[in-house]
Amino acid sequence: MPARLKLFLPLIIFAVLALFLVRGLQLDPRELPSALIDRPFPEFSLPALAGGATLDKAAVTGRPALFNVWATWCPTCRVEHPFLIDLARRGVPVYGINYKDQDEPARQWLRDLGDPYTAVIVDREGTLGLDLGVYGAPETYLVDGDGVVRYRHVGVVDDTVWSETLGPLYRQYGGEGGQ
Amino acid sequence: MIRRYAQLLACLFFAWALPAAAVIETYDFTDPALEQRYQSLSNELRCPKCQNQNIADSNAPIAQDLRKQLFVQLEAGASDDEIRQYMVDRYGEFVRYRPSFSGATAVLWLAPAILLALAALIAWLTLRRRGGQAVAPKQALDAQDRERLSSLLGDGDERQ
Repeated sequence: MPARLKLFLPLIIFAVLALFLVRGLQLDPRELPSALIDRPFPEFSLPALAGGATLDKAAVTGRPALFNVWATWCPTCRVEHPFLIDLARRGVPVYGINYKDQDEPARQWLRDLGDPYTAVIVDREGTLGLDLGVYGAPETYLVDGDGVVRYRHVGVVDDTVWSETLGPLYRQYGGEGGQ
Repeated sequence: MIRRYAQLLACLFFAWALPAAAVIETYDFTDPALEQRYQSLSNELRCPKCQNQNIADSNAPIAQDLRKQLFVQLEAGASDDEIRQYMVDRYGEFVRYRPSFSGATAVLWLAPAILLALAALIAWLTLRRRGGQAVAPKQALDAQDRERLSSLLGDGDERQ
């Protein structure tokens, strides 16, 4: 009887809406896929934090590595720092991108907290950050041996992130160490 | 009455003034037309950090950087499409409040038209069904009713 069925219409509409809303609650709106996934790491020519030599893309690519965007004005970077040191100790190359920061406080930070970075690229104006699509710190990019961006993690890299997403991807693209 | 209009006018005035005050830095454009395009582009580009603001309204550092980039590129003679593409290449389709039409955004673009058509269809069906009943007058007054009506309204003589 169609009249009977019509009575269920509000319930059906509610169920469909609820389905969408529940799905919406589970999605994290801050989790933006990077526009650079599977595209080459941008070309750049910027000074290194230590020594002041000029670094370019060829100098930092060639093997799978992490690129960690950090700054001394970023409190979350301090939280993340010990884990990066741990990763570096386990043989994972981690490059730092010192994003819109000042050199001296950045050097002091590394003296105080330890230096996990193979090299630190000084991006004072945020130009490399802009080309990478960085919108805050910390962000960590996985770049494979061919210099192609494979993954971007926004926020703190910790044991869970490493063992569940970043680590397996790193090994998938031929990265060594990090066990 | 005039006062009411004056209040309304004042409200409108401030509503217009708000977006203009939203941009924090001022850039000196060589051409007012560039400034016009700067305003419209910065209103249509979304801040990647504070996700529900455009870059004109946001004072997040990244929004400042994007505004600066907008200024530099406009002055360098880039077209609106080139600038949009530059932003999309770095921050994804996400940065556009007016995304391009594609498989992923088809629902977004088409849903309003489809929903409107659906609403119109439902309205038409409902009205047609109801209209059928309303056109035929339900009850005309018969002689008895008319008599009763005139007695309720008072003396028939005065009325006629």
